Amino acid sequence: MIDLAANIVFEPGFFSNSPVQSALVAGGAVALMAGVVGVFTVVRGQSFAGHSFADMDTTGGSAAFLLGIGALWGFLAVSVAAAAAMELLGVERRRGRDVTTGVVLGAALGLAALFLYWDTTASSTTGAATTILFGSLFTISPSTVPAIVGFSVAALAAVLVLYRPLLFSSLSADMARARGVPVRLVSAVFMFLMALAVALSAITVGAILSTALLIGPAATALRLTKRPGAAMWAAAGIGLVGVWLGILFAYDSSAWPGHHGWPVSFSVVAVIFVFYLAADLLTSVRAKWDRLRQDRLAKGE
Amino acid sequence: MFSGFMMSAWIVASIVAVVAGVVGFFVVVRGSAFAAHALPQSAFTGAAAASLIGISAVYGMGAFALASALGIAWLGKRGRHDVVTALILVMLLGLGELFLSYSVEYAQAIYSLLFGEVLGVSTNEILPTALLAVAAILAVAVMYRPLMLTSILPEVGESRGVRAYRMEVLFLVILALATTASVPVVGALLMFSLMVGPPAASRCFTDNPPIAIALSVALALLTVWASLAIAYERNLPVGFLVGTISAAIYIVGRVWAAWRQRRVGRRRPLGARVDSDLVGAAGT
Repeated sequence: MIDLAANIVFEPGFFSNSPVQSALVAGGAVALMAGVVGVFTVVRGQSFAGHSFADMDTTGGSAAFLLGIGALWGFLAVSVAAAAAMELLGVERRRGRDVTTGVVLGAALGLAALFLYWDTTASSTTGAATTILFGSLFTISPSTVPAIVGFSVAALAAVLVLYRPLLFSSLSADMARARGVPVRLVSAVFMFLMALAVALSAITVGAILSTALLIGPAATALRLTKRPGAAMWAAAGIGLVGVWLGILFAYDSSAWPGHHGWPVSFSVVAVIFVFYLAADLLTSVRAKWDRLRQDRLAKGE
Repeated sequence: MFSGFMMSAWIVASIVAVVAGVVGFFVVVRGSAFAAHALPQSAFTGAAAASLIGISAVYGMGAFALASALGIAWLGKRGRHDVVTALILVMLLGLGELFLSYSVEYAQAIYSLLFGEVLGVSTNEILPTALLAVAAILAVAVMYRPLMLTSILPEVGESRGVRAYRMEVLFLVILALATTASVPVVGALLMFSLMVGPPAASRCFTDNPPIAIALSVALALLTVWASLAIAYERNLPVGFLVGTISAAIYIVGRVWAAWRQRRVGRRRPLGARVDSDLVGAAGT
C-alpha cells in the first residue's frame, strides 16, 4: 500500500535516475544559498541588479562557448566584471541605481548578441542561445556537482560572516555609517556575493530563470515574517522545497496523460510563483482578519 | 545602403527610436527600468503562444504584454514593485519555455525575438509598428501633465487628485504598447537598452523635461541610425551595436555632467538634481 502510494507520488525510477540525483543535490544546494542571499537582495531593493546578473550570464555562457572553456568560468567572470561596473558607475540613490543597472545590462546583452552571433556562425549550433537562456537541471553533468555545492557553501559562509554589518547597513545605511560600519565596502562585497549566487543558480535553472530562485523564496518568506533571521531560514526552506517539488513534477509529468514532460525550469518557477501567490493571499487575508477583529474590539463587542 | 529591404529597416528602426526616446524618458524619470526590461520579454512568451495556437504573433505579444503590465500593477499594489516585476518576468519566461517545448519553433526564431532582426524587416511589418507607435506616443501626449506630476512629485500629484496607482497602470500599458510595436524589430533585450541609455543620457545634459524628451529622441535616433549603418557596412549584429552605443552615449552624458559639475563648482550633476531636489521639496 505504501509502495503503491509512493509510486503514485514518485514515478518509478525517480531516485535511481542519475540526472535526477544530480539535479536534486545541485539544485538543493543552490536553492539554499540563493534563498539566504535573496533575503538581502529583496530587503536592499536590488532585485533588478540580481536579475540582471542572470541575464548577463547569457554573455558569460556565450563567451565561454566561443572560447571553448567551461560555462561556469564564463558565468563567474562576467558576473564579477558586471558587479564591478555597477559599483563603479552606481549611485547610492535607488532611482539612479536602477538606471545604472539598466545601462550595464544593456551593454552586456549587446555583447551577448555579438558572441551568440559568432557562436552560431562559427560552429552552426543554433541551439546555443536556448541552452544558455533556459538550461536544464537534468543536463548538469555529475562532475560539476561538487563545484556547485562547494561554491554554494562558500557563499553561504560569507553571508554568515558578514551577517551583522550587512543586515545593519541594509536596514538603515545612515545609522550603520554613524556606527562606523563601512557601508560602501559592505555594499560592494554584497554585490560580488550576489553575482556569485546568481552565476551559480544560472547553471542549475538556466541564465534567465535563476532569478526565480534568488527572488521568489526570499520574497515569499518576507511576506510571511518581517524578522530577517527567520526570513533567511524560511527562504532557504522554501527554495529547497520549491526546487525539489519542481523536479518531481517535471519528472512525473512525462508519465501523465499527453506524454509530454514539462521543462524542469518551468516546473520549478511555477511552483515558486504559486508559493508567492499563496503567501500574498495569506498575508492579505490575515491583515483583513486583524482589521475586522480590531474593529470589533473598538466597538466593544 | 538605402535600397530595397534596407529601406524598410531604416523606416521601422526610426519609428522604434522615436517611441523608445519618448517612453524611455518616463521610464528613467519614474525609475521603472526593471519593468521596461520585463515587459518586452513578454513578447517572447506571446509569440510562442501565438505560434502554438496558430495566430499572428502580434496578437500573442500584445496580449501577454498587456497581461503582464496589469499583473505587475496588481501585485505591485501590495508587494514591492521590483520583486513583483522579477516574479512576473520569471513566470513569463517559464511559460514561454513551456509553450516552446510543445511547438517546433527553431532556436533561431528565439534568437531573433530576443536580439532582433531589423535587417529582415518586411514592408508589411511597417504599418502595424507605425500604428502601435502612434498610439503609444498619443497616449503619452494626452497624459503628459498627470504623468509628469506623478513621476516627479507623487505627493503633490496625490494632493491634486491625480491617482498615482491609476497613472502607474496606464504607464505600464503604454510601455506594453511600445513594446509590442518594437520587439519584432530590435528584439526584446535591446528595445530595453534603447529605452534606458539615450533617455538617461539626455537627463545628464538638461533638466528641462520637454528639451530632455526631444534630446532623448534625437539620441535614440542617432543610436539606431549609427547601428544600422555600421551593421550594414561591417556585417555585425544590430543588437550588439544598439546595446554598446546606448551605453557609450550614457557614459558620455555622465562624463559631461561630472565635468560641468567641476567647472560650475560644487553643484550636483543636473541629472541628479531634477528628482532629488523636487522629491526632497515635496517630502518636506
